[in-house]
Amino acid sequence: MATSYQQDDSLDSTAEFTDNVESRETLGKVFEVLFLLGLLIGLFVLALLLFDIFRDGLGRFLSPGFLTETPSRFPDQGGIRPAIISSVLLGSVVILVTVPIGVGAALYLEEYAPKVWWTAIIEINISNLAGVPSIVYGLLGLGVFNYLLGFGPALISGALTLSLLSLPVIIVTAREAIRAVPDSLRNASYGLGVTKWRTISSHVLPYAVPGILTGVIISVSRAIGDAASLIVVGAVGFLTFDPGLFQRFMALPIQIYSYITRPEPGFASAAAATIIALLVLILALNGVAIYIRQRFSIR
Amino acid sequence: MQNTNYQDDPYLLSRQSLDKNASEDISEKIVAAILFACALVSVLTTFGIVLIIFQETFSFFQEVSFAQFFLDTKWTPLFANKHFGVWPLINGTLLTTAIAMAVAIPLGLSSAIYLSEYAQPKVAAILRPAVELLAGIPTVVYGYFALLFLTPLLRNLMPLEIFNALSAGLMMGIMITPTVGSISLDAIKAVPRSLREGAYALGITKLEAIFKVVLPAALSGIIASIILGISRAVGETMTVLIAAGQQPRLTVNFMESVETMTAYMAQISGGDSPRGSLNFKTLYAVGAVLFILTLALNIVSYWVANRFKEKYD
Repeated sequence: MATSYQQDDSLDSTAEFTDNVESRETLGKVFEVLFLLGLLIGLFVLALLLFDIFRDGLGRFLSPGFLTETPSRFPDQGGIRPAIISSVLLGSVVILVTVPIGVGAALYLEEYAPKVWWTAIIEINISNLAGVPSIVYGLLGLGVFNYLLGFGPALISGALTLSLLSLPVIIVTAREAIRAVPDSLRNASYGLGVTKWRTISSHVLPYAVPGILTGVIISVSRAIGDAASLIVVGAVGFLTFDPGLFQRFMALPIQIYSYITRPEPGFASAAAATIIALLVLILALNGVAIYIRQRFSIR
Repeated sequence: MQNTNYQDDPYLLSRQSLDKNASEDISEKIVAAILFACALVSVLTTFGIVLIIFQETFSFFQEVSFAQFFLDTKWTPLFANKHFGVWPLINGTLLTTAIAMAVAIPLGLSSAIYLSEYAQPKVAAILRPAVELLAGIPTVVYGYFALLFLTPLLRNLMPLEIFNALSAGLMMGIMITPTVGSISLDAIKAVPRSLREGAYALGITKLEAIFKVVLPAALSGIIASIILGISRAVGETMTVLIAAGQQPRLTVNFMESVETMTAYMAQISGGDSPRGSLNFKTLYAVGAVLFILTLALNIVSYWVANRFKEKYD
């Protein structure tokens, strides 16, 4: 009985196998096209988005004074100079704060940290911080920088909030860059009697610089595009002077939001033009990152 | 000259090197302490978030009861007739998140499958960063696109409100596609070739190998990527603030305007509500719900990725 079942089974499945192989391959082809389509939809939307923004905003972007004037109540007048200056200032402070702290933390975790429970907690903590929503960082900034330290809704509060937001990403990428430095380099240095910090500062760090810089630029360009945390900290949508560190401030994404929320139709193209300015800034930063990676990476 | 001097006098040589060691020892310790302080900043950040959010939330719950917050079905803290039921905000968040994931899961997974299983390596090397560009676009830009391009387009097809959950959710889904895609791609790539080849040897087609061998083997990574995507969608602010509107409603109708937790927080903040006022405290109470929700999702994602990781070696 048992043998006959087995024979039947194998006979059946062989028959099915030869019968179906073509249709199964056809189904495979259909799905290959579907998968490709799924991949291309995202790219298609990206292309559409860029096309739409350039169509709506390029004229306004190129109009005289758009980059150099202060905002106006009229859609087709004024410019985004305070927003550009704010964003550049914000980005600069973020770099000044996060590079030393981020690289320092990464060095500690890679080179110094003993493998004990509290360093494991620091590591888990950093990966959790990377997933905290931007607007929650805004609440932290509002509490600590606006009220506790008394800066109020000033550019420095926004900049420090963005710094905390960027820090986890910079630490993670810097750690990867430091980990990629071969141990033979460290051992050669130790072998000559060089101390730990000297070894790190003269051998490990220079080797890791391209990777670290790439991470810094990626996270700074994210910070420059972030708006949610700055809204909570108190960025304003309209500023008629160039901001300083301790003054009210704007940012390009905040300017975009402010233009979008105004009812007159002309502001849509002003928003699109500001988006072009923001994208150019971010693309330029990313271009620098790619250049650094290509130019300085040691293989 | 000095060099010979030292060599002639063994005592001087050892004195010098000892001194150098002592001072270097101290500076080494100082450096290690400074680097440790840098690592501590992240811990302080977490403490700061938890302390500040829960201090204000605690003071919120001294004025508004848990029951009012979790059992009421209306959210009208800014009206004369105040209601503090948080469910309409959670509903808005879940509705836009569900729409976003309905876009991001199929698009992210098919991108990952195509890039790993079908595309030539050279083509994949170009397409992968191109897809990841989607994650680098500022979210305010997606808001612009949802409100001013997608909504007018969709309104030709169905009776959408100007602010609606559908447009915001769809754009958010496109934005999250690379999050789901790249983590899934890494998981799929980690499936060893021998598993696929074993499947082919049994006479299976490429598609069947993907669905019956590769995807099940990569399942933990894929689930982790999806949970992380949900967490991103729940915490996303600008797209929903611009395109989904400010109407806290308990509805599953995606054609209507809703309000998410993040959109409420952005609406109430910006210095309009003085510190210590009840409005100010609602900001933190909603923030606490958001923080706990995203933290739980991140932890689950992390846990799934590690707990169910297949070991091949």
